[in-house]
Amino acid sequence: MKEFLSNRIAATGLAMLMVVIAIALFAPWISPQNPYDLGKLDLMDSRLEPGGKYLLGTDGQGRDMLSAIFYGLRVSLLVGAASGVIALTLGGLLGVLAAYVGGRFESILMRIVDIQLGFPAILVALILIAVLGKGVDKIIFALVCVQWAYYARTARSAALVERGKEYMEAARGLGLSRTRIVLKHLLPNASPPLIVVGTVQVAHAIALEATLSFLGLGLPATEPSLGLLIANGYEYLLSGKYWISMYPGVALLLTILAINLVGDQLRDQLNPRLSRA
Amino acid sequence: MTVYVLRRLAQTLLVLFVTSGLVFGGLYLVGDPVEILVNPQADQEERARTAAALGLDKPVLEQYGLFLKGMFAGDLGKSFVFGRPALEVILERMPATLELAFLAMLMSVGLGIPLGLYAGLYPDRKTSKAIMAGSILGFSLPTFWVGLLLIMVFAVQLGWLPSTGRGPTENVFGFSISIFSVEGLRYAFLPSLNLALFKLSLIIRLTRAQVREQALLDYIRFARAKGLPRSRVIGVHLLKNILIPLVTVIGLELGSVIAFAIVTESIFAWPGMGKLVIDSIFQLDRPVVVAYLLVVVFMFIMINLVVDVLYSALDPRVRIAEAK
Repeated sequence: MKEFLSNRIAATGLAMLMVVIAIALFAPWISPQNPYDLGKLDLMDSRLEPGGKYLLGTDGQGRDMLSAIFYGLRVSLLVGAASGVIALTLGGLLGVLAAYVGGRFESILMRIVDIQLGFPAILVALILIAVLGKGVDKIIFALVCVQWAYYARTARSAALVERGKEYMEAARGLGLSRTRIVLKHLLPNASPPLIVVGTVQVAHAIALEATLSFLGLGLPATEPSLGLLIANGYEYLLSGKYWISMYPGVALLLTILAINLVGDQLRDQLNPRLSRA
Repeated sequence: MTVYVLRRLAQTLLVLFVTSGLVFGGLYLVGDPVEILVNPQADQEERARTAAALGLDKPVLEQYGLFLKGMFAGDLGKSFVFGRPALEVILERMPATLELAFLAMLMSVGLGIPLGLYAGLYPDRKTSKAIMAGSILGFSLPTFWVGLLLIMVFAVQLGWLPSTGRGPTENVFGFSISIFSVEGLRYAFLPSLNLALFKLSLIIRLTRAQVREQALLDYIRFARAKGLPRSRVIGVHLLKNILIPLVTVIGLELGSVIAFAIVTESIFAWPGMGKLVIDSIFQLDRPVVVAYLLVVVFMFIMINLVVDVLYSALDPRVRIAEAK
């Protein structure tokens, strides 16, 4: 932790990330208005420039952009974090299991992982969303399908290293059950690289969700994420009303940047090959 | 080697089969294309006629069976919307996507390798730090948002470049290509720049990491100790060794550029395959969506295979393990 904070850029990233998470968590309490309560919107206030009554301006329906961004951040982070946690658990478990069990299970699983990782994430997600339709649950499912393979691969290689170590021998010698060895011994010890992959993947997931939503294939309009806000402002962009699209994009960028900065530092710290002696 | 290639081809067929089944079945469940195609005032009889004309009145398994039968004969069905063979519609749009992908790769490799080399050789200089900061930014910027910014700055505010559509095309060996004329390049510049940015960051970071790892190795020290000029050590010894992993990544990224073109084409209204597939998803034009995926999946698998084979040809140390 000390080493982490000694890097100024990483510390800034972490601070940014905490602010973003706090905003997402407390959005309903700190937003100037509830952007989805249609009764509170005033059409007379639509497309106002930033400044004055509305700090970041308003959109085509007179919605305060600052509040819309706070709420959008909430949806974006929720989707990113939920898909990340599920994919990490699923992929991590399968990967560790593959390393532990070996044999046919391992070769089939790894073959599937190889094939899937041969395709760009956006294509896989696009196919799934085209097939499944819109919705928060569906997009989380699609993102899990896209991401699990990265975790499975990482977990397997980490577990292969751990498998040969003495504490594993000891656990087996004690006659512990397989489930217990995998869950309580192998998985925790194989997790540092998983966490590094996790930070990068969550950033990817948030960007991917935004992209899909922007294309009109992600979340429904009732729960707009940052991507959908940007898409909604797209039509006004060409007439010079930049703020409707611009500020949600800045929020998205800062979120992803913060996660990447933290992830970069974590990777350097946990990578023994780069340890600065 | 032959066994390896054959095995991969068999795997290709399996992947194509699974993808087609998944997408075919999935799109069948999503909605009824007849609803979108016919006039909303059409009566029951006309709906039934449309369904029959498209072969949609048969049970889904029979439809899929017919589709598979056609697939082996190179026929991927007729587009509901265009009324022409789906494959034809897609191949017609392919040159537009490929030229965009080509320009984007050219930009990212042409700029990425020199910048990465510089940042790797002089890691402590301010310029290098700026390059690396830029690459993190390039990594974090969502492609579609950068596209919007590019349009806003260069097309709306400065008015230098056109923001949407493709320039005039000319016929080159039977393909319509737009990037051989200045006017065409003006149209292609913003979309390909947009597509290139992410890859550019990736290539800068990879090159830098490679340079830093390789520069410490004995063969570089030895070359220096022999008294070779610095330009030769960097230009020949170092570059040759960092290019090997880079070629693999660049090859694989070509596939992902084609996939990401979906986003860029939608923003810049570039009439390529990506824009076509997004429109087709909305219109439930199942034959075009399925055909697009099969074509793209096939292209990916071929690219991956070529890269694998090239890799072992480029680097004699790598031998493709004969699978058991």
